[in-house]
Amino acid sequence: MSEKTASVTVRRQIVRKDHTKGKMIFFGVLVLLLLLMTIFAEYICPYDPNQQNLDQALQSPGFAHPFGTDRYGRDMLSRVIIGSQTSIFSALVLVAIITVVGTVIGMICGYAGGVIDSVVMRISDICLAFPGLVFALAIAAILNGGVQNAVIALAAISWPKYSRIARSQTLSVKNTEYIAAARLAGSGSFGIVVRHVLPNIVGSILVTAMLDIGTMMMEIAGLSFLGLGAQPPTAEWGSMMSGGRSMLQTYPWVVLTPGLAIFISVVLFNLLGDTIRDYMDPRNSRRG
Amino acid sequence: MKKYMIKRLLLLIPILFGITFLSFAMMRVAGSDAVLQRVDASGVMLSEEVIQEQREELGLDKPFLVQYGNWLVRFLQGDLGESYISGNDVFDEFVSKLPATLLLTLTSILLTVVISIPLGILSAVKQNRFTDYLIRVCSFIGNSLPNFFVALVLMYVFAIRLGAFPVISENLSIESAALPTLTLAIAMSAKYLRQVRAAVLEELSKPYVVGAKARGIRFSVTLWKSVLRASFVTIFTLLAMSIGSLLGGTAIVESIFMWDGVGKLAVDAINMRDYPMIQAYVVWMALIYVVVNLITDLSYCFLDPRIRLGGEKV
Repeated sequence: MSEKTASVTVRRQIVRKDHTKGKMIFFGVLVLLLLLMTIFAEYICPYDPNQQNLDQALQSPGFAHPFGTDRYGRDMLSRVIIGSQTSIFSALVLVAIITVVGTVIGMICGYAGGVIDSVVMRISDICLAFPGLVFALAIAAILNGGVQNAVIALAAISWPKYSRIARSQTLSVKNTEYIAAARLAGSGSFGIVVRHVLPNIVGSILVTAMLDIGTMMMEIAGLSFLGLGAQPPTAEWGSMMSGGRSMLQTYPWVVLTPGLAIFISVVLFNLLGDTIRDYMDPRNSRRG
Repeated sequence: MKKYMIKRLLLLIPILFGITFLSFAMMRVAGSDAVLQRVDASGVMLSEEVIQEQREELGLDKPFLVQYGNWLVRFLQGDLGESYISGNDVFDEFVSKLPATLLLTLTSILLTVVISIPLGILSAVKQNRFTDYLIRVCSFIGNSLPNFFVALVLMYVFAIRLGAFPVISENLSIESAALPTLTLAIAMSAKYLRQVRAAVLEELSKPYVVGAKARGIRFSVTLWKSVLRASFVTIFTLLAMSIGSLLGGTAIVESIFMWDGVGKLAVDAINMRDYPMIQAYVVWMALIYVVVNLITDLSYCFLDPRIRLGGEKV
């Protein structure tokens, strides 16, 4: 397995790192394009996504309508493009919320220790003891539909993961000498956490967050698919698929095109997340 | 080991209280109380006094924690109330649908094992070769597909285009279990395969593998006799841990294929706002999950000789 000498291995790692950087920029640009498409969705749509046109209903994909039309004659391509706003932005907002909340809680627990730490960690144990989707379903059911509520439901089950990471990283940084030095120099706890602890843990938190965007997008779409996220008039990929389910047999594009949109966006975010992880920690790329 | 087991069992107490309390609290927050829900469901107008009377009867005028205590006692007796929609006992209904979900869970775990363990090992052994890349690309794609999309694509291809399987499952048969099982197994294998690969690679990187090679032992012997045996514990634990996510994940797949299990029951209940039913689903699924995790942890202890024979870990 490892008859190569150490220096060769190191050189390979360096070469690989350069390679990873290129990939990272490439996927970064693709994700950026996806985000730009999302932001300027209104201007890109070839048709008005909510304009019903019944004599154009259920057209198969063709020149005029590349993705076909749905049962109200709305252009599927336009709906998929406009749907990205709900699907992608809600996932981004969700990941941002859980990252910030989880990290802050985790750092406080790790740094303060004691009673706060035990109590909060037991709460997060309980949250982790629920099978994620079951809990999210329940919360979404209580709050009724709506993308906001789906985001809240998923946030409630997802923050402990981040607080765990932040806490363990904080613990490992906490007893280093430079923290002791900072304390001797008269820095307050808040200053130490913000200026010394946070920069040390932010890398691994961001990598986790990047890798989570795709998963969260799928979960929001899943809740919408069950009718617990975006509500019908709003174009959202999950609910569009759910709405077209009964037409799968005869008009499959109504269901499959939003599904493809989810798949492609998730792939892009996952590829970017993977390469960022490899870039931050080359050991990972070798172990996969 | 004993110490660890006792600690693990003690940890269960706050978790059990937490689960039951959250399940109870969620449904109380869900809006109006049971009396108003019933009024809404029956559509009959009741006077304020009658509502008040019924509230007292159900103990809804008592403090929150007392209500929780009462609820807990009834819960332990298997009484979670009646469905707003069908009027049946929700616990009975949950139990009657549970075997179907467990069956689906079992078949998809079996399929997952059959797919991902050989491929994971192959991928690790052929690290950074074409086979490895191919397997990893497949796993990556599987990881990026939402399961409802997989379900609908499988349904379209196999049930509608090829007509090989029924579109919706009318009974618990192999044909109707095939597509939901495949859907769940695809998502699970994609994740699990990576973990198997990582576990085997971890073991392969240990010095004894080089040592065995230096002594002229054939690689296949080292692989089968040492490496796989050593990574078995990790592989097993990871599998058991993924059962939990599967339990929750069946909900969407069950409702797409009309598989008559608890997942579909829950989705239907959510659409009907049948709160007692949702509550029963949440609290029982969480308990099953906790028990599965507990068994995993304890068997992990038992399977790993370092822990079993008295060394301290975890």
